[in-house]
Amino acid sequence: MTDDYQDGNALAGPLQEIFAVDLTSAVGRCSHCGLTGAVATLRVYGRAPGLVARCPGCGEVMLRLVQSAHSIWLDLTGTVRLQIPI
Amino acid sequence: MWRTATLVATRDETPDARTLVLDVPGWPGHLGGQHVDVRLTAEDGYQATRSYSLAAPVDHDRVEVTVQRVADGEVSPYLTDGLSLGDAVEVRGPAGGWFVWRPGEPGGVLLVAGGSGIVPLMAMIRARRAVGSATPFRLIYSVRSPGERYYAAELDQLADEADGPELAYVYTRSAPAGSNREAARIGAADLPPPGWSRDGEETCFVCGPTSFVEVVAASLVSHGYDPRRIKAERFGPSGQ
Repeated sequence: MTDDYQDGNALAGPLQEIFAVDLTSAVGRCSHCGLTGAVATLRVYGRAPGLVARCPGCGEVMLRLVQSAHSIWLDLTGTVRLQIPI
Repeated sequence: MWRTATLVATRDETPDARTLVLDVPGWPGHLGGQHVDVRLTAEDGYQATRSYSLAAPVDHDRVEVTVQRVADGEVSPYLTDGLSLGDAVEVRGPAGGWFVWRPGEPGGVLLVAGGSGIVPLMAMIRARRAVGSATPFRLIYSVRSPGERYYAAELDQLADEADGPELAYVYTRSAPAGSNREAARIGAADLPPPGWSRDGEETCFVCGPTSFVEVVAASLVSHGYDPRRIKAERFGPSGQ
């Protein structure tokens, strides 16, 4: 990992392709350390074949988003839950 | 959903930054702090997408972004120099619902900008003015020198308005003559402690390069601001 990261605000556009509501204001819980916070506060690394979002507390991966020609892959293994404001 | 955006006007903010006024039919409106994704497609089908903060409230399907020219950038030189009036790009948005200011929210607002991080904060200042809000606003704008300020004339005008935002500048390379602060990077002493607005607890919006955001956010926490009311947006390396 390096300091070459953006924050979760950068996920807003790509996630808009999948979800009807803004997911960057959703509050997630890290399955590794238990830290909770807005998706917008995650550390996003874009120099990969997709977007990798890590917990700002422990650095573990909470979300991966990869788009191929025919589908979008969303991996939330590192996230216990998302609380989405309505 | 991607929409077609047509360039209808440009304004140079500094030698390195240009505001693009885009006409986007059907644009649904947006809040200060939101951004837009801009997609370019080459003749061979290659596509590049970048995010830019919206710089002003929507005006009849017209949206504004301010683009800093990055010399070796893949997208920004085309947007600032290659795009002519009448040319089209694709846009998606508005995006982001966290780093936003909603008029009517209680409490003062502290805005801390580093360089081009002023753009989404200027959108909040302009939105405040557009709706006639009296919410106390305070902007701390860190920039290398006076000549590198974006929106300089408009900010100077706002500074003279009785109910305008309170403005302060932090110059990091060269300060104007007569300045009582030596040019230096921003530090805790440049940021006001909480409780300045007398209008409930303040919310802080910090936008700039990653290192700038880290320093400012840590200083605000040490001053006693509630970390839950400090919202940050980092301009990462892929944002250009």
